Amino acid sequence: MQPAPNTNLLEVADLTKTFTVRQGFSSASFDAVDDATFTLQSGQPEIFTIAGESGSGKTTLARMIMGMELPTGGVLRYKGRDVAKLSGRERRSWFFKEVQPVFQDPFATFSPLKRVDHYLYETVANYKITDKRGADAYIDSILHEVGLSIMEVKGRYLNELSGGQAQRVSIARALLTHPSLIVADEPVSMLDASLRMSIVNMFRKLKDDQQVSILYITHDLATAYYMADRIAIMLRGWIVEMGPVEQVLGNPLHPYTQNLKASIPEADPDKVWTEKISLSEMESEEYTLTGCKFAGRCPHVMEKCRSHVPPNFAHEGRMVKCFLYE
Amino acid sequence: MTTNVNANTIVEAKNLKAYYITRAYGIERVVKAVDDISIQVKEGEIYGIAGESGCGKSSLLKVLLGAHQAPLTVVDGSVKYRFDGNEINALSKQEMEHKDVRWRQVSYIPQGSMHVLNPVRRIRDTFHDFIQAHRPMKRHESNELARNYLRDLGLPDKVLGAYPHQLSGGMRQRVTIALATILWPKLIFADEPTTALDVVVQRGVIQLLKEIQQKERSTLVLITHDIGVHANLADRIAVLYAGKLVEEGDTRTILKTPMHPYTQFLIKSLPRLDDRGARVGIPGRPPALENPPPGCRFHPRCPLAMDKCRTIDPPLITVQPGHRVACHVVTDAMLPEMPHAASA
Repeated sequence: MQPAPNTNLLEVADLTKTFTVRQGFSSASFDAVDDATFTLQSGQPEIFTIAGESGSGKTTLARMIMGMELPTGGVLRYKGRDVAKLSGRERRSWFFKEVQPVFQDPFATFSPLKRVDHYLYETVANYKITDKRGADAYIDSILHEVGLSIMEVKGRYLNELSGGQAQRVSIARALLTHPSLIVADEPVSMLDASLRMSIVNMFRKLKDDQQVSILYITHDLATAYYMADRIAIMLRGWIVEMGPVEQVLGNPLHPYTQNLKASIPEADPDKVWTEKISLSEMESEEYTLTGCKFAGRCPHVMEKCRSHVPPNFAHEGRMVKCFLYE
Repeated sequence: MTTNVNANTIVEAKNLKAYYITRAYGIERVVKAVDDISIQVKEGEIYGIAGESGCGKSSLLKVLLGAHQAPLTVVDGSVKYRFDGNEINALSKQEMEHKDVRWRQVSYIPQGSMHVLNPVRRIRDTFHDFIQAHRPMKRHESNELARNYLRDLGLPDKVLGAYPHQLSGGMRQRVTIALATILWPKLIFADEPTTALDVVVQRGVIQLLKEIQQKERSTLVLITHDIGVHANLADRIAVLYAGKLVEEGDTRTILKTPMHPYTQFLIKSLPRLDDRGARVGIPGRPPALENPPPGCRFHPRCPLAMDKCRTIDPPLITVQPGHRVACHVVTDAMLPEMPHAASA
């Protein structure tokens, strides 16, 4: 089952993050991410999407992969090395160079008081990518990858850029260190529809041109379907369905994925909803269910769903966490 | 487009111009957020207003509500409501207050429900405060009213005893919608009511809005950038671009056979769940409203731009009954049959 460690770019094994909430003398803990397991192969860049609603744990998972949050259980291996066991120097000089983030809001990523090109020069200097004289040409070449040039960015402050431009600068900054993995947390959800697709298309192009794998965290299944190769659907800390995006979203198997897909409003007057849905009344209680966390809303719920956690089943070329596919 | 008032028009904006005017150190800046917009909303319909951020859709809504504040200033034009044959000037503060129009006749569903509900009062008390202000009644009566109304809408009435922070985002938004509609207003304005909600919850909120609207045949003016939400709710859609109304038509026409190049781009760029074919974004970026390009405001990004697009502002013409487009290319193509189109 375990492939040779050097063939995996990223190996996430049983990764768990437990948060403890204290209220007075009582304390409760819940798993924001529970036993997340997946691998990204090295040598074949792909766009891997982690999709889910707010509170599903997708951002916590991304933060653990970026090294911003320490897992409470499980192992995270990057290029065969356990990230938790890296020394401080190795984390800074190797891991952070290899794994780069792109955040949701480009206007919160950069300080409004600094010129945005400052971030680009600083990254080049910090990682000693080129010497000072070569920096201009190098940064210009990277900015060309994202459809900008140094003339458009140099000396500019954040308020002088559009949202699309600022996000491109943010992606260019991530590319400066030649990472093998970019973790993009909702990179297009702040952008307008007319600008969104150009950024999404750019990610697809970067994957091919720069040979970089992209971990795309989103709640937007439509862009995920458009750009991703594989997708993992998260629900209350679990990965409930994972596989190639055409299969998972084309023909969802898990009742939750089906529910999610049916809830996307489509811009098509022939696809207007006719049936009604019911919402969960107390969403936070779903974390503490003993059996399947979708049992409260599932139309196919069985007796054992309420008492037992469904294991992961392999079915039709994907992983499904549901007793229906036993 | 100028006169010809339908008997069942409930909101009418005529040649509305609203600018943000600021003066600092003797320098006047003018941002033309709403520029010469004329719309008519019919009674009992859901009228969708679509556009990107910064296109002026929220400014338009504020003016339609008569809730604009400096620096947003109405420079020209009028907004009128018609309730049971009475005409009310929405831009006149005295008239709006005198007739107690707000909340009883006209209501507003805001976007961020976290900031709307008072965090230190239970939902029950918020309902009471609100009802009390418009229709004085005892506390137990308002509680009863709120409980029955929530039950009608299929919401659990135990939320009345909760504080806002105890509710999930979706529940808060539904409570806000219930609060805004409990006095059965005839006209409801909603500004991005489902933005920032999860898709499953969003579907529930859309369902709730539609139920409320159908129950009382009230009129809903819905603003959202999400075309998918418009497709599911709106009867008619108006597309704004850089402060201008560029296209208006029934939902099917706008989604299936849009005529303005901007609308065509917008609809085409949407990713779909049944088609992974390549989609392109619109080249360029939306203009700054402080200094919009001359002529058609879309011309710097438009692949069909002609010479006159750069200088002459295209008029909004009726190409088919109920379908208005502001584009020279469309107008020129219509030219041979123009007399017919104008009379329609």
